[in-house]
Amino acid sequence: MLTTILFYVFASVLVGAALGVVLCKNPVHAALSLVLAFFNSAALWLLLQAEFLGIVLVLVYVGAVMVLFLFVVMMLDINIAQMREGFTRYAPLGVLVAAIMVAEITYVVWVRHLGIDLSVWAPAMPAGFSNTKALGAVLYTDYLLPFQLAAVVLLVAIVGAISLTMRKRAGYKQQDIAAQVAVRWQDRVRVMKVDSEQVR
Amino acid sequence: MIGLPHFLVLAGVLFSIAVAGIFLNRKNVIVLLMCIELMLLAVNFNFVAFSRWLGDLNGQVFVFFILTVAAAESAIGLAILVVLFRERRSINVDSLNRMRG
Repeated sequence: MLTTILFYVFASVLVGAALGVVLCKNPVHAALSLVLAFFNSAALWLLLQAEFLGIVLVLVYVGAVMVLFLFVVMMLDINIAQMREGFTRYAPLGVLVAAIMVAEITYVVWVRHLGIDLSVWAPAMPAGFSNTKALGAVLYTDYLLPFQLAAVVLLVAIVGAISLTMRKRAGYKQQDIAAQVAVRWQDRVRVMKVDSEQVR
Repeated sequence: MIGLPHFLVLAGVLFSIAVAGIFLNRKNVIVLLMCIELMLLAVNFNFVAFSRWLGDLNGQVFVFFILTVAAAESAIGLAILVVLFRERRSINVDSLNRMRG
């Protein structure tokens, strides 16, 4: 009973936050609505006994990705009014497509039950079962190679993001350490042969 | 009692809202990226719900990888956005016509 109430509370806040992301005029408000949506999803994942992923969603998404979004939104000087052009023009089409998709998914999942009996969950895990431990056991054995590949993907993302945004500005003074180290004395010192003058 | 269909329909509603958002905010690249994040969240919802329903952890491992790739994608996307803004002083999708596509 408590689960049912919690599900409906979190689900309604989640849908409201998602609508906020889509409809907010100000991109900052949209990003904050997305943070709320991620929080509620994490709570719903906890209801589904996916504790580790719920925590990861809050840590990675709310803690890192959304902060990055907020940084970028506030760094760029966006003309909001210009961005809203065509909002009402495309609204009927967007709402129509969304309504059709919801109707189809609801028909398949709710009315037809995917053609199978959906009413029974797998038995709940025993008390003291650690989702994180079980996930780690699977991740570091069966999925070791994909796990390493995920690390490489993140590395590529780091290198790509930095190399994309780094730039050489004109008139920007900086040390060239390689050139400093590679310098020879011949480049800096000139030996002159000066004839000595006769002093009478 | 909450069953699997509740979660699947919720994920479907979330995904549809994100699709509608892409239709509505087609000028603003930042909101488009946020809508893509919302879509990925809806997909992850399906994975977690089915993982719980089947009692199989592999679905959660998949969600883990999707989160990784989505984080990388948004980092690169935002970097491109910053470069684009430097170049154009605007992030309007309509001004992205340099490649004449």
